[in-house]
Amino acid sequence: MKPLQPVTAQARVTYGIGFFVLFVAAWAVATLGGFVPKLFLASPITMVEEGWSLMTKHGFAFDIAITIWRVVGGFILAAALALPLGILMGAYKPVEAFFEPFVSFARYLPASAFIPLLILWAGIGETQKLLVIFIGSFFQLVLMIAVAVGGVRRDLVDAAYTLGSSDGSVVTRVLLPNAAPEIAEILRMVLGWAWTYVIVAELIGSSSGIGHMITDSQALLNTGQIIFGIIIIGLIGLISDFLFKWANQHLFPWAAK
Amino acid sequence: MSKLSIEAVGKLFPARGAAEPTRALTPTTLAIADNDFITILGPSGCGKSTLLRIVAGLETASEGRVLLDGQPVTGPGADRGMVFQSYTLFPWLTIIENIAFGLRERGVSERERLEVARKWAERVGLKGFENHYPKQLSGGMQQRTAIARALANDPKILLLDEPFGALDNQTRALMQEMLLGIWEREQKTVMFVTHDVEEAIFMASRVVVMSARPGRIKADIAVDLPHPRPYTIKTSAAFVALKERLVEEIRVEVVGAH
Ligand SMILES: Nc1ncnc2c1ncn2[C@@H]1O[C@H](COP(=O)(O)OP(=O)(O)OP(=O)(O)O)[C@@H](O)[C@H]1O
Ligand SMILES: [Mg+2]
Repeated sequence: MKPLQPVTAQARVTYGIGFFVLFVAAWAVATLGGFVPKLFLASPITMVEEGWSLMTKHGFAFDIAITIWRVVGGFILAAALALPLGILMGAYKPVEAFFEPFVSFARYLPASAFIPLLILWAGIGETQKLLVIFIGSFFQLVLMIAVAVGGVRRDLVDAAYTLGSSDGSVVTRVLLPNAAPEIAEILRMVLGWAWTYVIVAELIGSSSGIGHMITDSQALLNTGQIIFGIIIIGLIGLISDFLFKWANQHLFPWAAK
Repeated sequence: MSKLSIEAVGKLFPARGAAEPTRALTPTTLAIADNDFITILGPSGCGKSTLLRIVAGLETASEGRVLLDGQPVTGPGADRGMVFQSYTLFPWLTIIENIAFGLRERGVSERERLEVARKWAERVGLKGFENHYPKQLSGGMQQRTAIARALANDPKILLLDEPFGALDNQTRALMQEMLLGIWEREQKTVMFVTHDVEEAIFMASRVVVMSARPGRIKADIAVDLPHPRPYTIKTSAAFVALKERLVEEIRVEVVGAH
């Protein structure tokens, strides 16, 4: 193989699906072949059966919807506040000097460790779930957006000034469009992290959602259901990732590699 | 009265950490008449870019002042268009949008903007590429766009900092002819920085030679070659004589700097 040599689109899809098939096959051999006790790991077939019964008999679709709502709600809240702050920090160095040390500190506070505190403050309702996601994503978003906005090429800014741009329009007409594709990429990435926070929040104190179903299944030793829940999370992540990538390509054709 | 007067302008970059402060430009005085095409020729590091950036208002002078039409320059503005050596088109805008950027900043209506931008795209030879993005264009075409973008603003003076420095010889020659053609037709005041002697003579009505760092003006030579100047003029006796003289001036500087 030659380093960095690209593969055709068709080969890429074949390889990608190939690993999934291999993975499921290895799992099937391990479980159906009796190498792993049923109690610890359900077989793919059991998993599908359990999943089907979850969807049809236990209203699991509702749990999925609730979880998606929480992730999207908390994430939009975080993004709506992080965008203006991140942009201001990236563009104006005094604003950055003021917030950056605190935000850098806050970003290392583990969102999951806040869960007990948040339960105390906000109960186990939706507010608490949204807050967990907010804490988990907001500070990360702010810092990464600030870096993206501030990372503009100096000579582009110079060019804009010599074309008559004011300070304000350098921000709106150079810094923002310049950082837009990277910001979209940051949103995609942090949304992925938000998924882990929501599940943790649901594992600890919740009466609905995918994470809640997983804790319930654990009490019943139903590994088929647990695996089905995990796979659903993976699938949703994959789909949202795909949608984001597709949207970015269409919004920013000029940035495509 | 001259269009642009540079009055004892110097630049000292402040010390950074352990490094000594850098004297990039010794106080320099230079007057540029209306519609003059001045080329500034000097060895690398002699402060050519620094001088141009001070005129553009992108850098502040440590001493002296710059007057444009008698008004002191205090910061960058649309009355001084600039073309950089690096490719500085906005990658998210198409060619036509890039050319219209300055007009949009001034609040010109979209129809008028497009009209002016199309006209300039055509003049620099970019017809048919209006809706391309910069990355789809060659370096030469990107610099054509940058020139059109600066001129669409109708600046009082056009500043160019080694705009063709990264181009191959053939493209470079074409670009020189194009820019000279525009200057002959439009009558603009131009300040053009280069370290290429032939380029400096071919374009200029006046060549200003700078000494090695810290830069100061060491020669100021009028170029009396007739206009329009075809490319073939580069082999004429008058051109060759000028070239020999300038090469010697520069050589002394480069040797002295080592
Ligand atoms: N921001 C800066 N801080 C400190 N020193 C600088 C800065 N910019 C330029 N200099 C120094 O000032 C001197 C002149 O730089 P300048 O870029 O004006 O040279 P130049 O004549 O344009 O050279 P070249 O032909 O290589 O472009 C150089 O020695 C450079 O190292
Ligand atoms: Mg330079």
